[in-house]
Amino acid sequence: MSLLTATDLSLSFGGQAVLEHVSIAIEPGEIVTLVGPNGSGKSTLVKTLIGLTAPDAGRITRKPGLRLGYVPQKLPIDATLPMTVARFLNLPKRQPKPQIAQALADTGSQGLEQKQLSALSGGQLQRVVLARALLSEPELLILDEPTQGLDQPGEAAFYQLLERIRDARGCAVFMVSHDLHVVMSASDRVICLNHHVCCEGTPHVVRDAPEYRALFGPGTGGALALYQHEHDHSHDDGHAHEQHHDHA
Amino acid sequence: MTMATPTSSTTTMLDDFLVRAALAGGGLAVATGPLGSFVVWRRMAYFGDATAHAAILGVALALLFSAPVTLGTLVVSLAMGGAVSWLSMRGHAMDSTLGVLSHSALALGLVAISFVPGVRVDLSAFLFGDILAVTRPDLVVIWGGAALVGGLLLWRWSRLLTATLSPDLAVASGISPAREQLVLTLALALVVALALKVVGALLIAAMLIIPASAARSLARTPEAMALGAIGVGIVAALGGLAASFYADTPAGPSVVAVAAAIFLVSALIRR
Repeated sequence: MSLLTATDLSLSFGGQAVLEHVSIAIEPGEIVTLVGPNGSGKSTLVKTLIGLTAPDAGRITRKPGLRLGYVPQKLPIDATLPMTVARFLNLPKRQPKPQIAQALADTGSQGLEQKQLSALSGGQLQRVVLARALLSEPELLILDEPTQGLDQPGEAAFYQLLERIRDARGCAVFMVSHDLHVVMSASDRVICLNHHVCCEGTPHVVRDAPEYRALFGPGTGGALALYQHEHDHSHDDGHAHEQHHDHA
Repeated sequence: MTMATPTSSTTTMLDDFLVRAALAGGGLAVATGPLGSFVVWRRMAYFGDATAHAAILGVALALLFSAPVTLGTLVVSLAMGGAVSWLSMRGHAMDSTLGVLSHSALALGLVAISFVPGVRVDLSAFLFGDILAVTRPDLVVIWGGAALVGGLLLWRWSRLLTATLSPDLAVASGISPAREQLVLTLALALVVALALKVVGALLIAAMLIIPASAARSLARTPEAMALGAIGVGIVAALGGLAASFYADTPAGPSVVAVAAAIFLVSALIRR
């Protein structure tokens, strides 16, 4: 059965429709990338799936006892709160030391245990938050724009890391990407959201083409791929999708 | 005040007003250390002020209805804490709202106290505390309340900490940030009720914020900061009492002044 199923979700803020009849399902072990223009409701959809925001209409069904790991877009660290990485990884449940070391190693952040959270770089913090999510042995990892603020080699490295984690642990990954066209090449599915699900497909892997190398530069190791949008409808307001985001 | 000749028994030791005052200050520090840490982490300083100021209204109502002062304080502080939590969850701009609520409660309380018939009320005792007049029943209330607050925070510690660090991560871990906020509101009202006698309504927030802020600079974990805040609170209580005894200064403000001095030193060490 699906890990998480959202059926016909609708939500509006102050009369503005943010989600309109959105239905998605996430299957065990698959990598799903969610793309969409700014303000298309991506983060709201994630918050709704996790239970941070209640939808106005629609239903969210979780597999009973689903273990979910969440990596938010940003973790604001208040300087008044002293917190080592080790202490953070023990929240809310104490974890055995070997598990903590393993989770840090799996995310390429070994040896950071005694560092203060506030002293980490953005990329380091991102990996530590991912390590914390791994400690709950998740069946589903949900990440909200995890590569925002990283350069392309950094983004590629993060995607390779996620792919290794998925392969080693078999967990499903549901990830929001800030880029409409460049997605993780290991994505099993890409869903394009613009308040409603516009299109869904697989990434276009062109790793051997010389144009691809020119586009992404060296050092991305095939972790990035293009996503070709196939919109066959236009919106009620008369705008075709092409006007929102032209194809690469 | 009965000043018994000192003998070796505990009973007579508790007869000494200075010992009772020290025990009252120490008991309060046990509660304000960890709770004050949360007040600092969650930037609830004004929230603490509003709850504490509401205590004066509680005193007035208790006197008017001939109810125990601690009960009146507890009820009104709880109502204020609940109202502020409710408003903040509805997304009100809290800075001015808290200012309005906090000072209105204080002014209303002062007006209401003037209506209390009969006995002349010693207002300054409620505003600045009267730690040197702490009785043995007061000590029972203070230590009982401190144990209750300490136990409550210890029980919810991990959940409170997760919700403080990130409400989003808390929800994803199955923790309700709203419920944890309620726990802190309840703890705050309890602390206000038991601190009124010790440092008074105007300086309760100081005992929450200053020891925790002083402990921040040397702490590496939240637990170390909370324990450090307890330590600073106890040293401040003892130091303030000593100053009050030798220099004849007002006790409650002296305790806060010593805490402020410790904060200053710790801030300088940090540099």
